[in-house]
Amino acid sequence: MTIAEQNLIEFRGVSWGTNGGSSPQIIADVSLAVARGSTLVLLGRSGSGKTTLLKLINGMHWPSNGEVLVEGRATREWDAIRLRRGIGYVIQEAGLFPHFTVAENVALVPTLENWPKEKIAARVKEMLRLVGLEPGEFAQRRPRELSGGQRQRVGVARALAADPPILLMDEPFGALDPVTRAELQGEFKALAERLGKTIVFVTHDLREALVLASHIILLERGRVVASAGPEEFLRLQHPEVLAFAACLGVGSGAT
Amino acid sequence: MTGLWSFMVEHESEILSATLEHVELVLIAMATAILIGVPLGMLIVRRAKLRALALGIAGIFQTIPSLALFGFLIPIPFIGGIGKRTAIVALTLYALLPILRNTYVGLTEIDPAVLESAEAMGMTQAQILFRVRFPLGLAVILAGVRTATIITIGVATIAAAIGAGGLGTFIFRGVALVNDSLLLAGAIPAALLAILADFLLGRLERRLRVT
Repeated sequence: MTIAEQNLIEFRGVSWGTNGGSSPQIIADVSLAVARGSTLVLLGRSGSGKTTLLKLINGMHWPSNGEVLVEGRATREWDAIRLRRGIGYVIQEAGLFPHFTVAENVALVPTLENWPKEKIAARVKEMLRLVGLEPGEFAQRRPRELSGGQRQRVGVARALAADPPILLMDEPFGALDPVTRAELQGEFKALAERLGKTIVFVTHDLREALVLASHIILLERGRVVASAGPEEFLRLQHPEVLAFAACLGVGSGAT
Repeated sequence: MTGLWSFMVEHESEILSATLEHVELVLIAMATAILIGVPLGMLIVRRAKLRALALGIAGIFQTIPSLALFGFLIPIPFIGGIGKRTAIVALTLYALLPILRNTYVGLTEIDPAVLESAEAMGMTQAQILFRVRFPLGLAVILAGVRTATIITIGVATIAAAIGAGGLGTFIFRGVALVNDSLLLAGAIPAALLAILADFLLGRLERRLRVT
């Protein structure tokens, strides 16, 4: 296997700023690689550039300098629509379409890809069961008829529906109560391992990072300041790592 | 009041045909304004310069007093002159702003999380417009249509002044002849039309609202 095949996602000296990089940089000279089937957690405070970094992967932003490679190919060379349909995306408020039923939401990308009807229907059922929602009970509901946790489950099902190799998740469990959050984290970790997806997960919660990550990258003002596996991470002496570690047990994610 | 009632019964067919004429003016003007305003509203969602221009021009038409707008149009060749056509052009211009503005607002004031995930899931801009923005903005667009309809029903009474017919004919004649029954025979149906349109479109709007 070549390096490019091992690393499904790779950043090479990537910078990004509004105004094509002339204004202060939001992302400064980031290099990283995400191995196939692993979960990279991007940790950092609000405004550290985590979400921007995520959006550089699916072509919602394009690097001002350097390049982002997905499956060995620079994102600039991808057709943005094709690139995005091959990458699942889950955000904090789930971003479900309020005018669609749960089933229609989950079926979104398969529908855009013109899958045959029966295949879509079967896939929707399969995905709902996968995230712990009984299709008979939930398929025809609207997002407003779901709890926060159920909405996030649907968000995950929608992201997985077209079986993309990559999942991007931007604080998907951030708005949930601590108990529901812990449940979803545990279930999601098991699910991710079973499906072998490559995941980039954004959070400001170190506890969540330690639970989910195969590797943690800590961002501070657009730069990578720490990079380690979950076991070594707490042993790092960088001040920003210590600041995050100090919050363990008292932070919002602690239960 | 008995005088009014017997007047209305006596002139039933005239009142009815004036009402139909009035409704016709309103429907043609509204259909034209919707056919222009809604697509234009879609077009300006992502074009800032055109947006400023379109909303600005529609705003100017709306600001011109209605009788003056009829006056401006009369000398213009082809669209102008005395009669229905001029009235329909003026009513259309009047109805344009609320439709255009509400279309724009309805299509843009959408939960950013919904738009972000639509884009991230790989929907094209056209798909986002027709499958996300439009259905979610429909109630707001319809609210604009409702406002425009009520304005148009009102302004259409003035169209009688330039020979376009409609319920305004009774009102103007009633004023000129100092005849209350004649005046009210135009004013009451016009008011009822506006109230009915408001009620029906309001109901439709509530039904289309997505929460």
